[in-house]
Amino acid sequence: MRDWLDSDAVHGFRTSPIAVLSCLLLWLLIGGAVLAPWIAPQNPFDLGRVSLMDSSQPPMSPAADGDRTYFLGTDQQGRDMLSAILYGLRVSLLVGGLAVAFAVVVGVTIGLVSGYVGGFVDLVLMRIADVQLTFPAVLTALLVDGSIRAALPRSVHDSLQLHVVVFSIGISLWPSLARTVRGSTMVERGKDYVLAARVIGVPSWRVALTHVLPNVVGPVMVIATLGLGMAILAEATLSFLGVGLPASRPSLGTLIKYGGDYLYSGSWWMAAFPGLALMLLVLAINLLGDWLRDALTPGLR
Amino acid sequence: MPVLLVVGFIAFALSDFVGDPVLLYLGQDQTQEQREALIRQLGRDRPIFVRYADYVWGVLHGDFGISYAAREPVGQLLMQYLPATLELAGIASALAVAVGVPMGVYTAIHRNTLLSRVFMIGSLIGVSLPTFMLGMLLILVFSVWLGWLPSFGRETVLSPVLPAVTLAMFQMTMIMRLVRAEMLEILRAEYIRFARARGLSDRAIHFSHALKNTLVPVMTIIALQFGGIVAFSLVTETVFEWPGLGRLLVKSVASADGPVMSAYLLLTALLFVTINLVVDLLYFAIDPRLRLPRGGA
Repeated sequence: MRDWLDSDAVHGFRTSPIAVLSCLLLWLLIGGAVLAPWIAPQNPFDLGRVSLMDSSQPPMSPAADGDRTYFLGTDQQGRDMLSAILYGLRVSLLVGGLAVAFAVVVGVTIGLVSGYVGGFVDLVLMRIADVQLTFPAVLTALLVDGSIRAALPRSVHDSLQLHVVVFSIGISLWPSLARTVRGSTMVERGKDYVLAARVIGVPSWRVALTHVLPNVVGPVMVIATLGLGMAILAEATLSFLGVGLPASRPSLGTLIKYGGDYLYSGSWWMAAFPGLALMLLVLAINLLGDWLRDALTPGLR
Repeated sequence: MPVLLVVGFIAFALSDFVGDPVLLYLGQDQTQEQREALIRQLGRDRPIFVRYADYVWGVLHGDFGISYAAREPVGQLLMQYLPATLELAGIASALAVAVGVPMGVYTAIHRNTLLSRVFMIGSLIGVSLPTFMLGMLLILVFSVWLGWLPSFGRETVLSPVLPAVTLAMFQMTMIMRLVRAEMLEILRAEYIRFARARGLSDRAIHFSHALKNTLVPVMTIIALQFGGIVAFSLVTETVFEWPGLGRLLVKSVASADGPVMSAYLLLTALLFVTINLVVDLLYFAIDPRLRLPRGGA
């Protein structure tokens, strides 16, 4: 523990105000999301607690029955925006996290195989990654989402929508991970200790997992962190375009979309506050990712 | 070329498997016999390779199949929506270059002035603000509060202003940061110091020596970022109800319209490949060092 506290990375972290601040902000948002059922002033899905009397109230207005204040206003159905945002953060983080986890599993596996096996397999896999990298991630996610949406019957699709969105976004993120892992794998593969392991007859899948994999953790963490920001934005974009998550489980993107419909009537807070939350979340993740990149992988700079 | 082949196959798969043309023609009350007859008539009982060849042949002749939602040939649909997208992307790119390059040059030359700091902070916000948020912010300020500019459609002369600014923002900040970084790098170079020693004016040094040498990387980024323009135009066109290809794609994804999705995919792939080619050719025009010696060298 002491060694860890004295390490370079920890020192670098403590002396970088941006890293500390963004980390704090991120934990605050994650904490708010995780604890939403307990700290949110209201359960936005409990129709018994939502009063239509309080619909479209601007920020800081008191509730009709006078026992509390809507700090961030209410939406057109009288839902407390602050509560809706906390619950929305939950959904956004969940989808983003799952999508990145999926992309890491797929990307690292393909990268390891491609870099370790080499030859024809490598050629084919990297060609696929190249082609996919030509297209922006959001476009890929949209097309994958659209194809699955078309292939599944509506009733099945509605119950699987979360999985479909996670899959679409995850698929759109794997190539950059696979490429980095492949590069590091190829470097490690030629080193003496890998050669030694092979000489004593360790099977190649074990060499790849126990010797090569630990050496690519740094870059993978950096790309995964930055990927989390991209995944959350991609989910928000899909939801905004109306092909993301169902309205029964609104993410930040869904809240922004519905809030946007009321922009013309001057109810700016319905879109602005979820938007602000989304921006802070992505900004914190990106700043942290940038810092991680500089700290963990000096070579990538 | 391999890109186009792979994309071509994916496009075929999309158009062949996504959505159900039989349902489109016969409606819900179809009998099994009608269904089979139509499948034969449409040639959908043939082997997959034959259908693939058929699809490629059709695409090469401008036939992308028939949209399930609009019930019109996809080619016609594309032609109908394409001009709006080209108009928007053109204005946005021009805007991004016209504003981004001077801003980059300014922040590189006058590094520590107040205006430079404002530009740099602004660009950080521009990068982290999602496109749809920016669009909605602009609508709120300029259409709802101030009432100066139209917020949707493509009817008036002023209509493209807000969508183009929204679409250009990300590119603009990228270009500005890149020009700045490249200029700073080049201004430290040996030949710039030599030019100063020769007594050339600042103006000549900054523009004809330094800026010219930033053009190659800047062009590359502009070309690579064209993909970004395409992706963000989906969002921008949705926010501003701009009648372009992006909106067509979003609608066809929502209604599972395979042929339209595949045609869009092919079209963007073709665009990417063409642009990469054009950029490669332009390199030679801009940077003489890249030209290979001709003849018997």
